[in-house]
Amino acid sequence: MMDKKQFPREEYFAPGHRGCAGCGASIVARMALKTTGRDTIVVNSTSCLEVFTTPYPESAWRVPWIHTAFECGGAVASGIERAIKALKKRGKYKDRKLVVMPIIGDGGTADIGFQALSGALERGHDIVYIMYDNEAYMNTGVQRSSSTPLFASATTAPAGKVSKGEDNPKKDMAMIAAAHGIPYVATACISYPEDFMRKVKKASDIEGPTFIHVLQPCTIGWGYSTENTIKIGRLAVETGLFPLYEIENGEFKITYKPAKRKPLKEYIRMQKRYRHLTDEDIEILQKHIDEKCRLLGLE
Amino acid sequence: MEKIDIITGTTAAAMAAKLSNVEVIAAYPITPQSHCVEALAKYVADGELDAEFVKVESEHSAMATCIGASATGVRTFTATASQGLALMHEMLYIASGMRLPIVMLNTNRALSAPINIWCDQQDSIAERDSGWIQIYAEDNQETLDSVVQAFKIAEDEEVLLPVMVNIDGFILTHTVEPVAIPDEEKVREYLGIYEPKHAYLDPDRPITQGPVGVPECYMETRKDLNDAIEGSREVIKRVNEEYYKLFNRKYGNGLVEGYNLEDADTVLVAMGSVCGTIKYVINELKEKGKNVGLLRIRTYRPFPKEDVVEMLKDANNVAVLDKNISLGFNMGALGIDVSSVLKNKKVCNYIVGLGGRDITPQDIEEIISHVEGAKDGETKWINLKE
Repeated sequence: MMDKKQFPREEYFAPGHRGCAGCGASIVARMALKTTGRDTIVVNSTSCLEVFTTPYPESAWRVPWIHTAFECGGAVASGIERAIKALKKRGKYKDRKLVVMPIIGDGGTADIGFQALSGALERGHDIVYIMYDNEAYMNTGVQRSSSTPLFASATTAPAGKVSKGEDNPKKDMAMIAAAHGIPYVATACISYPEDFMRKVKKASDIEGPTFIHVLQPCTIGWGYSTENTIKIGRLAVETGLFPLYEIENGEFKITYKPAKRKPLKEYIRMQKRYRHLTDEDIEILQKHIDEKCRLLGLE
Repeated sequence: MEKIDIITGTTAAAMAAKLSNVEVIAAYPITPQSHCVEALAKYVADGELDAEFVKVESEHSAMATCIGASATGVRTFTATASQGLALMHEMLYIASGMRLPIVMLNTNRALSAPINIWCDQQDSIAERDSGWIQIYAEDNQETLDSVVQAFKIAEDEEVLLPVMVNIDGFILTHTVEPVAIPDEEKVREYLGIYEPKHAYLDPDRPITQGPVGVPECYMETRKDLNDAIEGSREVIKRVNEEYYKLFNRKYGNGLVEGYNLEDADTVLVAMGSVCGTIKYVINELKEKGKNVGLLRIRTYRPFPKEDVVEMLKDANNVAVLDKNISLGFNMGALGIDVSSVLKNKKVCNYIVGLGGRDITPQDIEEIISHVEGAKDGETKWINLKE
């Protein structure tokens, strides 16, 4: 793991943006850019991160940054990566490795941008694709995405008298990315900055497409008080709900193994999106997680 | 030295992109465009063109990839048609809003439903207000010349807008004609290397591109965009003249082309390949002693308002042909535009050739005789089965 004392001091994601107190997405951007530094070009899709960082004429980005639309982050990044190749032929950016880094939400990755992502991965572009996952469409008011977990309440999958909220399990984007046969896939969580930054560094050093699925709790969407963002992220990992791993050239490796997995209930009871759940409901979720952890060797 | 090749319109466009030294091409196949990107792929495969060829998975991604590449500061090209153009719709507005000089060939084809792969111009007309400059070529030679000119116009610092060169599907895309191929060195010298002076993605000069346009600034960005496309008329005319001096071919004043307008009481207004048929009919009628004129709209956006007024000032019967229909208005887009700029003049609208319906010389003659006896504002669908 990267030593905290060795974290670069430079900040390429400026403070003073309009993110909520306790915003997890801004932590993703800040840590990722600390790792890759000034020679990074960031691609955002339409999302919280895009909106709260760039209300014209303000910008929180100290690196080149582009936003176009919602579903095309993979394609825009593809164009940038090839343009850099073309410019290198002209002698520009000689001996420099420019990192093209889409930082795109779960909706922009797993739903509307799925096709553009798949195309970009399949074509082998040299990009570091970071999916920042807050498990719903937070920018537009907490509507469900395919990354919303089972039984979480969202505004388009609300818990009600005959509903327990979202009725489908979360789409597994890291494994889907890995199925493209790309050189590097990882999961990460903002509560484990050394692990996340080490993975971003590794991804940026690799030639070819890399994909990092990073979990970031959201105070508004998940319903918890703002000081608990890191704590909840930590619980997601410690319970085994969101395992941290990497798949390098097809080889799967757990990068953090909790000494003893905490009960899921601890995580669930901290969040309003789950407040409708009974102990029996939580038990169903616990079984899901136990099964997944067994498959991944996290028992 | 120019040489003459016998080629299709799609090949002419691909050759023009090659002559123009494009650096990033994003390509997705669709009839009747596919030959264009196939030709470009072959140039790259054979080492004749040193470009990055991105095999995207949709037209939406084709335009998004062009936007990413153009925003990084390289010359970009793509081609599409019909459903593909419609799929790009969202990105077209973004390309122009971000002032990116992307050039695209659109091979005009009808829109579904029912699915129809043949020619009309509904696809590009539907993108009329997207902020793209739209050029409609009459033949394959003009296709090649227009694509080269399109880069010059798009990249002009006073313009910085994307340009769509439209050619009629099958009628031009799948028909071979003799086309003079300009000397590659000469074209490359004329266009130069694209090096943007404005905003582009560069770590040595970090700039935020595509921020949130809050209500305090959004309207001004739209006005700037409108000013840019309005101002592009002069650049289009200038490029037409420059091109003539270098390559000895010009297309009217770049915006419009008049044909036999002098003393013509009846004038047809049209765009694209049908103008060839109209010119043929005009010549035939002239031999019989009848004088009919043609005003060919080459640049549909920006619309040549002043030229239309000036060049039609002596005409009494104006017949506007449209290969598109504004449903619910019973007129085509060109008919509506021409009617709106001509005051106190008889303008009739003719809906022709939708979904590949042939437009014959007899149809043109029918239009001429109809407009001469018609009242102002009539719309007639031509060659419609009972």
